[in-house]
Amino acid sequence: MSTLPVGATFVLSLAAYSAGACASLASWRKPAMARYICCGAALAGAVMGGLASVFGILQGAPVRWSVPSGIPLFAYSFSYDALAGFFNLTLAILAIAVSIYSFGYLKEFEGRRNIGFFGFLFHLLLLSLTIVFTAANAFLFLIGWEVGSLAAYGLVTFYHEQRESRQAGLLYVIMAHADVGCLLLGFALLIQGSGSAEFASFHTAAAQLSSGRQSAAFLLFFLGFCIKAGVIPFHIWLPAAHPVAPSNISALLSGIVIKAGIYGMTRIFLDSLGGVPSWAGLLVLIVGVVSAVLGVLYALMEHDLKRLLAYHSIENIGIILIGLGAALVFRVAGHPQLAAVALIAAMFHTLNHAIFKCLLFLGAGSVLHSTGTRNMEKLGGLIRPMPVTAFCFLIGAVAISGLPPLNGFVSEWLTYQSLLAGFGATGGLTRILFPLAGSMLALMGALAAACFVKAFAITFLALPRSAESRTCHEAPRSMLVGMGSLAMACLVLGLGVTWFLPVFNALTEQLLGQRVGTNLISGHGLVLSAGTPHGGTVSTAVIGIGLVILLIPTVLLVSIGARRFARRRGPTWDCGLPGLSEDNEYTATAFSKPLRMIFSALYQPRREIQAVFDVSPYFPKEIRFESEIEPTFEKRLYLPLKDLVLWFSIRMRAIQAGSIHAYLAYIFVTLVLLLLFGVRP
Amino acid sequence: MTGLLPKAGLQLVLFLLVAPLLSGIIKTLKARLQTRRGPDVFQSYRDIFKLFRKGMVIPETSSWIFSATPYIVFVTAALVGLMIPLITTDAPLSLFGGVLAVVYLLALGRFFLALGGLDTGSSFGGIGSSREMTISAIAEPAMMLAIFTVALAANSTNLSEMAKVAVSQSWKFLAPSQMLAFAALFIVLIAETGRLPVDNPATHLELTMIHEAMVLEYSGPYLALIEWGASIKQLVLMTLVVNTFFPFGLSLDWTARGLALGLVFYFVKILVLASLIVLVETTNAKLRLFRVPELLMVSFILGALALISTFLF
Repeated sequence: MSTLPVGATFVLSLAAYSAGACASLASWRKPAMARYICCGAALAGAVMGGLASVFGILQGAPVRWSVPSGIPLFAYSFSYDALAGFFNLTLAILAIAVSIYSFGYLKEFEGRRNIGFFGFLFHLLLLSLTIVFTAANAFLFLIGWEVGSLAAYGLVTFYHEQRESRQAGLLYVIMAHADVGCLLLGFALLIQGSGSAEFASFHTAAAQLSSGRQSAAFLLFFLGFCIKAGVIPFHIWLPAAHPVAPSNISALLSGIVIKAGIYGMTRIFLDSLGGVPSWAGLLVLIVGVVSAVLGVLYALMEHDLKRLLAYHSIENIGIILIGLGAALVFRVAGHPQLAAVALIAAMFHTLNHAIFKCLLFLGAGSVLHSTGTRNMEKLGGLIRPMPVTAFCFLIGAVAISGLPPLNGFVSEWLTYQSLLAGFGATGGLTRILFPLAGSMLALMGALAAACFVKAFAITFLALPRSAESRTCHEAPRSMLVGMGSLAMACLVLGLGVTWFLPVFNALTEQLLGQRVGTNLISGHGLVLSAGTPHGGTVSTAVIGIGLVILLIPTVLLVSIGARRFARRRGPTWDCGLPGLSEDNEYTATAFSKPLRMIFSALYQPRREIQAVFDVSPYFPKEIRFESEIEPTFEKRLYLPLKDLVLWFSIRMRAIQAGSIHAYLAYIFVTLVLLLLFGVRP
Repeated sequence: MTGLLPKAGLQLVLFLLVAPLLSGIIKTLKARLQTRRGPDVFQSYRDIFKLFRKGMVIPETSSWIFSATPYIVFVTAALVGLMIPLITTDAPLSLFGGVLAVVYLLALGRFFLALGGLDTGSSFGGIGSSREMTISAIAEPAMMLAIFTVALAANSTNLSEMAKVAVSQSWKFLAPSQMLAFAALFIVLIAETGRLPVDNPATHLELTMIHEAMVLEYSGPYLALIEWGASIKQLVLMTLVVNTFFPFGLSLDWTARGLALGLVFYFVKILVLASLIVLVETTNAKLRLFRVPELLMVSFILGALALISTFLF
């Protein structure tokens, strides 16, 4: 194949983001212009980035550039291989949708907020993610990583006058630095072994490390990437930070920024670290299962729409980790073919989750934009004033619940198939673990469905629960186009999965030496087969067509039957009371009550009811109801940790006397120690 | 692929016709066991026919979701019917969706049914939706464990493959793993089809009902679709249980003789399972809602034991 302009499009995309960052900042005094520059440049950069990734994937062979910097160990090295291409593709799809959406969304910022500064951070975030996904040098990777974290911090605290935002931002920045610290140590171990910071050099160096160091490197990287990805128990920043950011940014944060953790794991564990310890895969798998189940259970208890979505990100990252863990297990066990299927499951779920989570956050953003509240208990009936938003949100809700024939079903199906294959591919007691993980996947699937019934129905159906949701309006057209394109992507990736599958050919060949992707397609290009010994086949396209074919006679049957009577609109049954009002409706809290009681051991719910009576206790005048669940991880894990840090800081105060002489003495002693350390034979 | 349409047509017609009959048979058997006369077995057909010819009242507060729900419930149930082996091992659409697609397609129907319940704005719908989603969430892992036990024994999640393997080792149901898996799946069957002791299909009392609460506002043809869809779903799940665990008489091909024999065997098996359900329904009182998770936990543990015993024996 002739060489495609991967490099040129990639550089153009970097240039567009950089120029966009500077131009937005420069035009901060002219809000309308800043808005057009911000969204336009992001769109241009994303389109270029998308083209680069498509070219990169079509080309197959990796493209590398390296510009020496003159600083030891550091070089501007980029490598555009299949894995980089895949994550850049995911980024580009989201960036295109979000920048179109932002044309309308940022309009309300005009005259109120600094759009120029927003655009600067927005472009910086996109730029840094592109660099992270393509960097081939550890330091370049870390710089991209850190710039991304700082840009995200700026965006999380964009509504900085709100205390909630500032607190969330602080928590985020602390966790982000704990995470970058772990990565730095992990890379230090590898650099020490190889003498170079190029990713390409790690492969051989890691193989020569002692098993203790190999395990240490694995654990450091795993910890670092888990914090970034928001895996339980390192998740506490995620449900705090994602909801408070502007909604278009929340969509990017949950859609792609946390996926940098997944990218890092895939890159380091499957590519750079030649072999991971044999227990590593199982650890990833178990952490994934725990994170996914707890993530969805916490999501069920939320009635803040954006926090609910944030908890679902934790769940879906868990599902991705299940696939990734299975891939690691199979590779160590010597089943590269199965590992490839599990890897496809993980990568495809990464892309799918990015798309539908971005869609759902943009939908939540439209709701917030037009009603001014994220509290589901104050929403309701929005499907009438906001039909398009509601439809897009419904598509996202069906997709994230893993229901056929949309894309979430396909990646969960592949995950199930790899888990079933794990039963045959491993020995001993671990083989029981795989079907058990499969049953937990079923549990989280059903709980996610319950949660999205709640999220969609309470927000969009029945009667409005507040004045704001009664008087709201549909979002501007550009926002609808942004959401519509993502909803379309959910449909296309679900029904047309067999067209998309060849994308994974080069990816699996690069990481596992097995060209898997096209060979999973059979049955006239309609059927997806698992390609595993305990596998099966499925065809979302036929399911979709079948549903439509069966629908036609059903509609006819009903219309023939209903011909005799006109369908009437009547009031809902109100038990003889004078009409239903929104007070009679089921609430989000009530909807999740059975699950709150069943899983009360986890939630430790506390509730308080105070009733005010007039005459008889049967007719209370007022009832005050308060209910909350225990934030277990915050209370049991992070509070003691915080106390420990504070205790230690107070002790450290003794040497911080504030006297300049003491500080000079410290500097002197440190210098002497460093010199001694340096000249040590 | 040849002959896909006639096969699919035949199986679809069988499903559509047998499903209401089975509901009728269960009702009649139950009445007889309680020394009542009860309706005759064809009453369900008359109900559906009558409902199709009646007018509809749509709640003022509802949206298009309310009207779309009956179609989705019915169509998903009917499509699932084409994916499972009924009287032959070769299900028409088996290649296009195995047992996972069956479970998730039924979940799609349930998802919309729950939305439809909440769309009316009445508390009854909310109660029903909330309970339905809760119970199905708790039932799902147990169901999957039992299904995995069978799938792993058959080396496939494809239902036709599973049935073929089962036919070739017809007496395998005596293996401990299969019996445990059957027990687990039977409990799930009772929960998923909304029968006593989990849900009471005969009551309209708000404290006890689940399915009936969700569909309270439906009337006329929409109600007919939902009731018909629910009976198809019940038949699908019962067929799944009898044909995976007791595959006797399943025809290996689509010849007239095989089909006729298969049909006779199928009716006998389904009648036995229906009698078992009737027996359970008549001898058990409805459980409190918060006791249901315990029952399903039993089912989950049975499933896990089934899996472990595959590993041991």
